[in-house]
Amino acid sequence: MSVRVGHTAEKSAFPILAHEILKDQQTRRNVRHATDVIRAKRALRVEEMPDWQELRTAAHAIKTHTLLHLPHYLQQFEKNCIAAGGQVHWARDADEANAIAIRLIQAAAKKQGTSIAEVIKVKTMTSDEIGMNSALEKNNITPWETDLADMIVQMGNDEPSHIVVPALHKNRHQVRELFLEHMKLTELGTEAEDLTQAARHYLRKKFLEVGIGISGANFAIAETGSICVVESEGNGRMCVTMPQTLISLVGIEKVIPKFQDLEVFLQLLPRSATGERMNPYNSIWTGVEPGDGPQEFHVILLDNGRTRMMANVRERETLNCIRCGACLNVCPVYRETGGHAYGSIYSGPIGAILSPQLNGMQHSRSLPYASSLCGACYEVCPVKINIPETLIHLRGKVVEQDQNSITGMFSQEGMGMKMAAHLFEHPRQYEAAQRLARTGQGLFEKDGKLVNLPGMAAGWTQFRDLRALPQQTFREWWKQNKRNKA
Amino acid sequence: MRIHLFIACYNDTLFPRTGMAVVNLLERLGHEVVFPLAQTCCGQMHYNTGYHQEAMPLVKRLMEEFRDAETIVVPSASCVAMMRDHYELMAHNANDARMMEEVKDFLPRVFEFSELITDKLGLTDVGAYFPHKVTYHPSCHSLRLLHVGDRPIRLLNGVEGLQYTPMEGADQCCGFGGTFAVKNAEVSSAMLTDKITCVRKTSAEFVAALDNSCLMQIDGGLHRESGGRGTEGRIRPVHLAEILNSTKANPLTAESLAWDEVSA
Repeated sequence: MSVRVGHTAEKSAFPILAHEILKDQQTRRNVRHATDVIRAKRALRVEEMPDWQELRTAAHAIKTHTLLHLPHYLQQFEKNCIAAGGQVHWARDADEANAIAIRLIQAAAKKQGTSIAEVIKVKTMTSDEIGMNSALEKNNITPWETDLADMIVQMGNDEPSHIVVPALHKNRHQVRELFLEHMKLTELGTEAEDLTQAARHYLRKKFLEVGIGISGANFAIAETGSICVVESEGNGRMCVTMPQTLISLVGIEKVIPKFQDLEVFLQLLPRSATGERMNPYNSIWTGVEPGDGPQEFHVILLDNGRTRMMANVRERETLNCIRCGACLNVCPVYRETGGHAYGSIYSGPIGAILSPQLNGMQHSRSLPYASSLCGACYEVCPVKINIPETLIHLRGKVVEQDQNSITGMFSQEGMGMKMAAHLFEHPRQYEAAQRLARTGQGLFEKDGKLVNLPGMAAGWTQFRDLRALPQQTFREWWKQNKRNKA
Repeated sequence: MRIHLFIACYNDTLFPRTGMAVVNLLERLGHEVVFPLAQTCCGQMHYNTGYHQEAMPLVKRLMEEFRDAETIVVPSASCVAMMRDHYELMAHNANDARMMEEVKDFLPRVFEFSELITDKLGLTDVGAYFPHKVTYHPSCHSLRLLHVGDRPIRLLNGVEGLQYTPMEGADQCCGFGGTFAVKNAEVSSAMLTDKITCVRKTSAEFVAALDNSCLMQIDGGLHRESGGRGTEGRIRPVHLAEILNSTKANPLTAESLAWDEVSA
């Protein structure tokens, strides 16, 4: 098994990546502006729903049930998809999924008689997860991203910084520069409409010429064998209807039992993701229809670390995620750093729990700590993933791993925590430590504040001041003034 | 009423004034305060940082210390959130039926400070006097985990002479987050900058909260910004208990909250 989550394995830890981004004022302004706008829209559209909490509860229940019976629903999906004329492929990891896709694309290109293999792609973060584009390019297949934001990311040789709005870190002017360069334009207006027109002309040609499409899936419906993709632009609709061959890459957690379950999710998802009552384009298709749309339809069901998350109830809950990005838009950490600091295509609070779990805690070990545990993510999550609790659970796993290694065991933090726990278990020693700290602080005290503290505390004094310890602890005051009464 | 005080380790060491204010206020209201001396920590720092094994004995000994207490007050919302959100889960994960029973017996007796005053004592006017402009920072744990709602605001509005002024972006985290503040110090301080901007916009003289941890973050940021020069116009972070403990006879002053600017 080679589970891969984008380029996560090559990335630095969160604080190091964040350090670089915090210096980039333009990116920070873009992120702040975009998340503020989406966040306000979401709040408006959620407020008008009298049964929002019930919908969340229902979604959580459907997802919980489905995940507990996942093999059943996946097989049901497979059976019904095949019955409707689709073909289903199972991929254990990134390499298997890419190999299947490459084989299918090469066969389809041959059948279509095209000398240069090209594919148009839409709405598939999962393909970024498995690094599909670079795998395709290595095999002389050119992938064209057609979701506007994904296209911008691809043009800039960039990485997505948001689950729903991958180019959120770029503003209009930066996008214009990219379009001028990559579309080889001599002139281009500065308004959003001008940019949209340019993209439309550019992409329309691809939609008409390229005969193979690749999509992701928001939902795979077991009962009917259907795939559902929701989007705002209509480019997705083009991608899943125009080509002769369509390949949908679907994480196994995307399956839902019944068509009727969409009632719940299609109310929750657009409101949570973009603050819309309904997505402008909701594409649902089942197998193939002779003479209409793709005549060859493949589904690649991808595991890539997901089944490993099934054993523990806390970890399994992460697979509830419907990729709405609401947790990113309310996260005060994401607001400062944007998505790239997470070093993973899944960023923000959900990325902080999903990426480390997908790759079996091998990488992204700093991500569970990239949160102040403020709880805003849990409050907005439409499928009620208790993200803060999961972050704490994963922190526990990081510490456990550390305590089983020599370097981890003798780390400054590990030893400090052991020492603190010991003091808290022995009140007399704790009191002695309080007195000792008061005496010892003289070394670091200047004008009533502590400066240049050593070790972990240095993180505090680097950016904030800290008052010197008061001359009397509470318990000393109590003993002096109140003890007799108590 | 006999009320047991769990002060919280960081209040004990860094913010004794809050404990004194709680004691004096409750005594002024005619209650008896008990402080079990063997108490230390609720286990939050260890638990939230991932040291779950180390947190366990702290949790157990805390419940043991307060076994006979009928009513427990905690002037730290995040400690109460630790108890309510995680104690049961810890017992469950450890498959410890006895601990689970203890947790179920313990939790209903625990009150966060503003909960105690409003719910248990049924008061919004405690006879306090504080003729100042005050804003309020709802700490994340009080807001989203304890759901204290408008209890602190009702208490502030019950103070004679106090002018409450709401804060923009009140529900935004101040960036403290326990060990987050040192493990991700730079991001934490970027979040703090946003919070301080909102605090300043209120032009309040004081910013109140139910957690000295968040206030320490805000205080540290404000002090750093001022470069330690002068105290004029400085906004003073203060625990709600200190405001409610302020009376005409014994008023709380900005000077008493000042940093010791003179070299020690």
